[in-house]
Formats: sequence, C-alpha cells, structure tokens
Amino acid sequence: MTFLDDFMIRAALAGLGVAVAAAPLGCFVVWRRMAYFGEATAHAAILGVALSLALALPVFAGVLAVALMMALTVSTLSGRGYAMDTLLGVLAHSSLAAGLVAVSFLTGVRIDLMAYLFGDILAVSRGDLAVIWGGAAIVTALVGWRWSGLLTATLNPDLAYASGIDPRREQLVLTLALAVVVAVAIKVVGALLIAAMLIVPAAAARPFSRNPETMALVAVVIGALSALGGLAASWHLDTPTGPTIVCVAALIFAASAMAAPLRRRA
Amino acid sequence: MSLLDITGLAVRLGGNTVLHDVDLRLKPGEIVTIVGPNGSGKSTLLRAIIGAVAPSAGQVRRKRGLRIGYVPQRLHIDPTLPLTVRRFLGLPRRVDAATALAALEQAGVAPLADRQMSGLSGGQFQRVLLARALLERPELLILDEATQGLDQPGSAAFYRRIEDVRARLGCAVLMVSHDLHVVMSASDRVICLNGHVCCEGAPEHVASAPEYRALFGAGTQGALALYRHNHSHDHDHDAPEAAE
Repeated sequence: MTFLDDFMIRAALAGLGVAVAAAPLGCFVVWRRMAYFGEATAHAAILGVALSLALALPVFAGVLAVALMMALTVSTLSGRGYAMDTLLGVLAHSSLAAGLVAVSFLTGVRIDLMAYLFGDILAVSRGDLAVIWGGAAIVTALVGWRWSGLLTATLNPDLAYASGIDPRREQLVLTLALAVVVAVAIKVVGALLIAAMLIVPAAAARPFSRNPETMALVAVVIGALSALGGLAASWHLDTPTGPTIVCVAALIFAASAMAAPLRRRA
Repeated sequence: MSLLDITGLAVRLGGNTVLHDVDLRLKPGEIVTIVGPNGSGKSTLLRAIIGAVAPSAGQVRRKRGLRIGYVPQRLHIDPTLPLTVRRFLGLPRRVDAATALAALEQAGVAPLADRQMSGLSGGQFQRVLLARALLERPELLILDEATQGLDQPGSAAFYRRIEDVRARLGCAVLMVSHDLHVVMSASDRVICLNGHVCCEGAPEHVASAPEYRALFGAGTQGALALYRHNHSHDHDHDAPEAAE
C-alpha cells in the first residue's frame, strides 16, 4: 500500500511528468517554427500503436520507433523542393490515416482507439509512470546538456558553425527528444493533443519572459498547472481528461495574451 | 604562419558551381576585403571558411585552434524568442558581467545590455553582433556585409570601429562589402571575386585593374580617391603583397 495506489495520484504524477518534459522542448518548437513538425511526429504515433500491437511489442517502443522514423524523414526531406508545411501536411495526415487503417487489420485484439487518440490518463499504471518519468528525465537531461548549442543553432546556423557547433547535430538532438516526448505523452493526452502540450504552455509563457531560460521555466509551470487544473476540472465536470488539460492550457494562454499589452504599458 | 590557407576551393550549391579555383591566404593582422557583384560567391566563400558549406574540391586549412569572430549578413530573431543583449553575448559560452560590459563598450553600445534583441535598430544590432564576435578575442574577424541597412555615415563609422578593433586586438579582418569606396580605403588588400578570384592586391591596384573595371565600371575610382583617408598607424609590417 502506497499513495501510488490511488489512480488520481498516478494521473497527477503522469501529467506533471509530461509537462516537465514537453514545455522546454515546446519552447524550441515555437522558436524554430516547428509546430507542424511536432504535429506530424505525434500523428505518426498512431501507426506506432498499430505496429506494436501487431508485433506484440510494448506500445512505448513502437511509438518511439515510428515517431523517430517520422522525425528523421522530415529532417531529411526538408529543403528538397517541397515547402516545409506541404511536406508536413502530407506526412502527418498520411501517417495518421495509415495508422487508422493498420489498426482496423488487427482483428485479434480489441483496442480502444479513443484512448490512443485522446489519451487515458486515469488508466496510467505504475509501469506507465516509470516510463513517463524515465522519458521526462532523458529529455530534460538531453535538452539541458545541449542548451547553449541548441539556442545558438536556433538563432542562426552560421553563427553556430563559426563557434564550432554543428547545427545539424543540434537538430538531431531536438528530433530525438521530440520522439521521446511523443512516446511518453501518448498515454496522457493522446496522439491528437500532444502538439498542444508542446506549444500552448510555451506560447503562454512568452509575454512573461525576457530570456530563453525564463520562458522555459515559466512554460514548465504553466504546463504543470494545466495538467493539475485539467485533472481536477475533469473530475468535477466529468469530462474527458486529456482534452480538459489542453482546454485549461488554452485558457491560460488566452489570459496571458490579454495580459501582455497591459504589461507592455506598465 | 598564415591564419587561413585556401587552395583550389570549389563549392557547388544546388547543382551550380558557385566558386571554383579560389586560392586565398590570410596573414595575422591584415584587413582583406572581398568585393564582387551579386551572386559572385562572396558569402559562400565566408561560409566555406567557417565550415558551414563543404568544399566540392580543394581545401580550406585553418590554423589549429583558430578563434573566429563572425558577424553574419543579417540575423532574424524570431519575435517568439525572448533574448536580452546581455544573454545574447553569452551564447554559446557564458561570459561574466565585466567581460560582457567591456565588449559592449568596445562596440559603443554599453547602455543596451538589458534591451531585447528584437527591439534594436539596425545599427545597434550590428554593433551588438560585433561585440559578441569580439568576446572570443578572435584572431580572425569575419564580417559579411555588416553595414547592410546602415546609411553612409553609419557604415563609415562602423568601418572606423573595425580598424580600431584591429589596432587593439591585432586580429585579421576578412570582410565582404558593397560599400566599395568606404571599404576599399580601409583595406590592406582587396579581392575581386566573381565565381573565381578576378584580381587582387592593394586597393589602388585593384581599382585600376581592367577586370575590376569590367565588373564595376570606372566611376568608382573617383569615389575611392575621394573617400581615401590617411591611416593613423603604421601598416608597413604587414604590407599587402601585390597581385601576381
């Protein structure tokens, strides 16, 4: 008997884990204008779910592999004649469609598709918690370790080269971290709303920040508040938890956007 | 020992040969300016030197551990990225407050330390970029059309600052510019580039070379004479070699 026996405690810890991992990475997604990139990687996750069920692998492993493949494909194909948003539009939706088709072939297993599309945070097990916090620790360590290089490469690739930093390596670090976040967040908010957990807290943190580090920390706090607030609201209102978490984040963003002009005048 | 030794460099970008057969040596402390029409490969040459594009032939040899200060042509900072001038100076390596302030003072923008990068004017921005490039105590300062968007007095002041920095740090300066008259008068050596090195040598030599006149016309020669000013310090120790 520990306090982890309570499913609400496990859900809260899972939400916090995703917020901690997603928010700083989300800042880079916003700064580098990669919002669609996160979306494409997340949508590919459904294909990962189908594959891991078909091959009897853990869902986390399947999603991680497909998300990584997707992210690498986009990185490689970008700058080869197609505009980035066109490329991502093609890849994001075709991988989601392929995933949904692949799931329909799985006659032997009955899966709750909704749980993977929108998350099922209340069903998080102890094992899931270990995966989520393990993933969060890896992503935080990776981003923290490469922070200066990532920031310099984000500012300008040539500036990075001149300082002896290879911007392509930094891009790879981001790609890896993004795939890990998608894999650990699918249980919590689902494939369709992962991108929201990346982008919304970062965007809401922007008006309150003068430096990149502040923005990342404020984004973590906003992400955590959204997770806990969304969990509480869904309990009281009896609403689906994943979407409720994203709604709370969106409300914080709206408040922050309205407060921004006031702060500027002050 | 030269800082930089480029031999037979060729660069292909998107199926086009942008540079070919480029040879360039750079000695410590000299100011070298690259001029050339649009699309002549000036920026590509600088990017090959910092390692941002790979040569398709030839090689770029840098002195071991060469410290490069690089001021890019333009730097767009996304408005979603909050960044003060002070924090920008600490990228990628953090610097202490005194060093940062000294660099800002050297570039003449000390009062801007707490301002947001996205709120700076064009001239302030370029000087902050210069301050950051100076932080590494560069042996080679590379400027890619650093005065783009500055008016004539603004860019003249910027180049005087460059000469000043060279005199103080003793670093070599390699720059690309369109401000032919201002830049050429401030250089020890001018390289006229158009896919390959058309001609090179002392500013006066290049300005009267037929290859240069074919590219820029004869009109700039008068302007060169007009803007030529006397250097206050001695250049003889690193006198430019005449072109072959």
